[in-house]
Amino acid sequence: MAEDLNWAVGGEAGDGIDSTGKIFAQALSRAGRHVFTSKDFASRIRGGYTAYKIRTSVDRVQSVVDRLDILVALTQRTIDENLDELHEESAIIYDGERSWEADIPDEMTAVDVPLKSLAEDAGGAIMRNIVALGAACEITNFDVEYLDEALEKRFGGKGSKIVENNKEAARLGQQYVQENYDLDLDYDLDTTDEDYVLLNGNEAIGMGALAAGCRFYAGYPITPATSIMEYLTGRIEDYGGHVVQAEDELSAINMALGAARSGARAMTATSGAGIDLMTETFGLVAQSETPLVITDVQRSGPSTGMPTKQEQGDLNMALYGGHGEIPRFVVTPTSIAECFWKTIEAFNLAEKYQIPVFLVSDLAMSVTEQTFRPETFDMDEVEIDRGKLVDEDEVDEWLDAQGRFRAHAVTEDGVSPRAIPGTTDGAHMSTGLEHDELGRRTEDEDERVQQVDKRYRKVETAEEQEDWDYREFGDSDADNLVISWGSNEGALREALEYLEEDDIDLRVISVPYIFPRPDLSDEIEAADEVIVVECNATGQFADLLEHDALTRLKRINKYTGVRFKADELAEQITDKLSAEVPAQ
Amino acid sequence: MSSDVRFTDFKSDKQPTWCPGCGDFGTMNGMMKALAETGNDPDNTFVVAGIGCSGKIGTYMHSYALHGVHGRALPVGQGVKMARPDIEVMVAGGDGDGYSIGAGHFVHAVRRNVDMTYVVMDNRIYGLTKGQASPTSRSDFETSTTPEGPKQPPVNPLALALASGASFIAQSFSSDALRHQEIVQEAIEHDGFGFVNVFSPCVTFNDVDTYDYFRDNLVDLQEDEDHDPNDYEAAKEVILDSDKEYQGVMYKDENSVPYHEKHGVTEDMSEIPEGAPDDAMDLVREFY
Repeated sequence: MAEDLNWAVGGEAGDGIDSTGKIFAQALSRAGRHVFTSKDFASRIRGGYTAYKIRTSVDRVQSVVDRLDILVALTQRTIDENLDELHEESAIIYDGERSWEADIPDEMTAVDVPLKSLAEDAGGAIMRNIVALGAACEITNFDVEYLDEALEKRFGGKGSKIVENNKEAARLGQQYVQENYDLDLDYDLDTTDEDYVLLNGNEAIGMGALAAGCRFYAGYPITPATSIMEYLTGRIEDYGGHVVQAEDELSAINMALGAARSGARAMTATSGAGIDLMTETFGLVAQSETPLVITDVQRSGPSTGMPTKQEQGDLNMALYGGHGEIPRFVVTPTSIAECFWKTIEAFNLAEKYQIPVFLVSDLAMSVTEQTFRPETFDMDEVEIDRGKLVDEDEVDEWLDAQGRFRAHAVTEDGVSPRAIPGTTDGAHMSTGLEHDELGRRTEDEDERVQQVDKRYRKVETAEEQEDWDYREFGDSDADNLVISWGSNEGALREALEYLEEDDIDLRVISVPYIFPRPDLSDEIEAADEVIVVECNATGQFADLLEHDALTRLKRINKYTGVRFKADELAEQITDKLSAEVPAQ
Repeated sequence: MSSDVRFTDFKSDKQPTWCPGCGDFGTMNGMMKALAETGNDPDNTFVVAGIGCSGKIGTYMHSYALHGVHGRALPVGQGVKMARPDIEVMVAGGDGDGYSIGAGHFVHAVRRNVDMTYVVMDNRIYGLTKGQASPTSRSDFETSTTPEGPKQPPVNPLALALASGASFIAQSFSSDALRHQEIVQEAIEHDGFGFVNVFSPCVTFNDVDTYDYFRDNLVDLQEDEDHDPNDYEAAKEVILDSDKEYQGVMYKDENSVPYHEKHGVTEDMSEIPEGAPDDAMDLVREFY
């Protein structure tokens, strides 16, 4: 066993749990091992239980499971919180010198390491987590040099002294276990020659934005979207761009709107309550046909809900939010790699169709780090399509008899020409009011109908011209079909392996587009049983699919605030397959 | 930018639907003249407006323009200017738009000191919704929603700007055409956020703050040789003087450093490569 190792560090918020976990994850990644991380955290700065979990394997891992092999517990609560995931072979590293006496079940291996005093020997108590990492390396026979590399990356900027102290702390932890324990655990971590990159969904969105030519970002801090802004800050400037922390979400989206209207590729990102605030201006963005990417990193709602917990509850908001009827595209990446590619696609769609694009991610994806081959993000593959942006010469084709630019010209494909400020003869106004081809207010019945039709014709054009496809895996001939959107894909892929052991075959469809979306009617009709998996209580995506296919579907909904785990999902799918279809 | 631009080039062929005699006519004319006089033309100018009678201005002017939602014109204008430092940005708002729903944005736009001009058409009433109290209405001003007056003191927009760290604060009167134009012009030429509160009387719903009232009561700071707009203390005194109505430039920070200079936001952001930037794989390698 032990190729697939589940490791965690837990303690109080403020204990440096996050950076400790990240350092170990990076060390594993440097060793050519796959990594998938997850976080338990509370909505507070200091205190309160927090944990960083790593699943690692030589094979690709893309989900969390209900098992914990090595636990670095800085508090008793860390042990209590994870008791149901610990098992007989689990090892728990703790500091017996601290004020609490660890209450560890007898069957597990308790590894008492004087973390604090060893850290002090190395140069400071703050490094006790690094001592623990050294101990963890020893327990898993993991070459501590990989840890050294991660420490260099992490602390290199702070000077060689800090780096050396940290390396020493790790060595002391390693030696202590070597000298004081004769462990009979089978946790040998193999390494490979693979070079991986390790990043989370929000970093992938930020990187995608830069690759796509995003130059302006305005946002207001909110969990879990803020790290997109943090990523762009300090990097976007290298490309001549700028990040503004606005006074609120209303301002953020309006600033982004202004930048977009002046020709920049612009984005804002928020979550939960922030999307509500942006909804006012969302209507203006759509009505004025401004290309804008609005990212919603979903968290658990409603209102302030559970800000640090997972949910996919904003689908209806993205689809229907705002008064009146107005088209928008809703793109929903299903993996961290897709967070990158779909962000680029979102910018292209926004400009090609002059329409707001909701890029809908979720908390689980945003805080999860995962390993990828660098070529997964091959920048040579990035294509930029700015749509019908007209220059000085092309403007002439779009002037009316009086020489006025028809910025909202009624065209066959529904997309009008777009002139940005500075373009001679392109001056025009745009408004949230219903308008004529020139962008001027109108209440004329014919013009109203023409403009509404024009805006929806863009959607028809996009449906024809773009590939609104889904991803499929599992057994394409299987009788039973599971459909999912968002971050559940990884857990589903792994759940398939568990189900195969029980001879259950499934066809799985993962959908990265909510609007427009692929028509799954045929797939649904062809299947004996259809189950829709999503992290919300009511099954918002299932509702849509039922509507499309006019049939009742089974649903698996999780709304505890925690993402799906592969083994848990496999079990639920098995149960669901034998259950009755819900009554009409 | 052509040198032969006339202010009428900024006029659209749409006839304003403002009430005959509305102060907004004069306010807008002064804005157009000031833009032309400072060497701008419609193709390098972006006008942003909010909601209300003032919000209609984008329709009656000819330039790149956005007519936005209530109270949010300032953020739009800042976004335009940050992305396109080469574009002249003028934001028009009303007293309700700017000092009520948009008051938060006003404070922050002022403190960012983005190089743009903000003209507020202050008629001390909500006109388009037919005569309710506005943030600048007098505390005893009787309206349909405040039959006994708002019973709260009016906002002093100039003081709000001063307290927020404004680098240019001025006030004008729409029917004093030349002075109004000069003041807006000075705001455009100011390096930073040029704020002008314009008395722009509502002839339909406000029978207190009328043309006659302003004509009789307005004190022009230009005629007060003692007033030095670069003197913060003098500006404070004038701005906090609730007994008089002033026009002119109250305050001007000669050392104003506009946002784009302070933060190095000087590139035209509308131009991007046709694919990912040349060194984009470096972004990936950061995650090794």
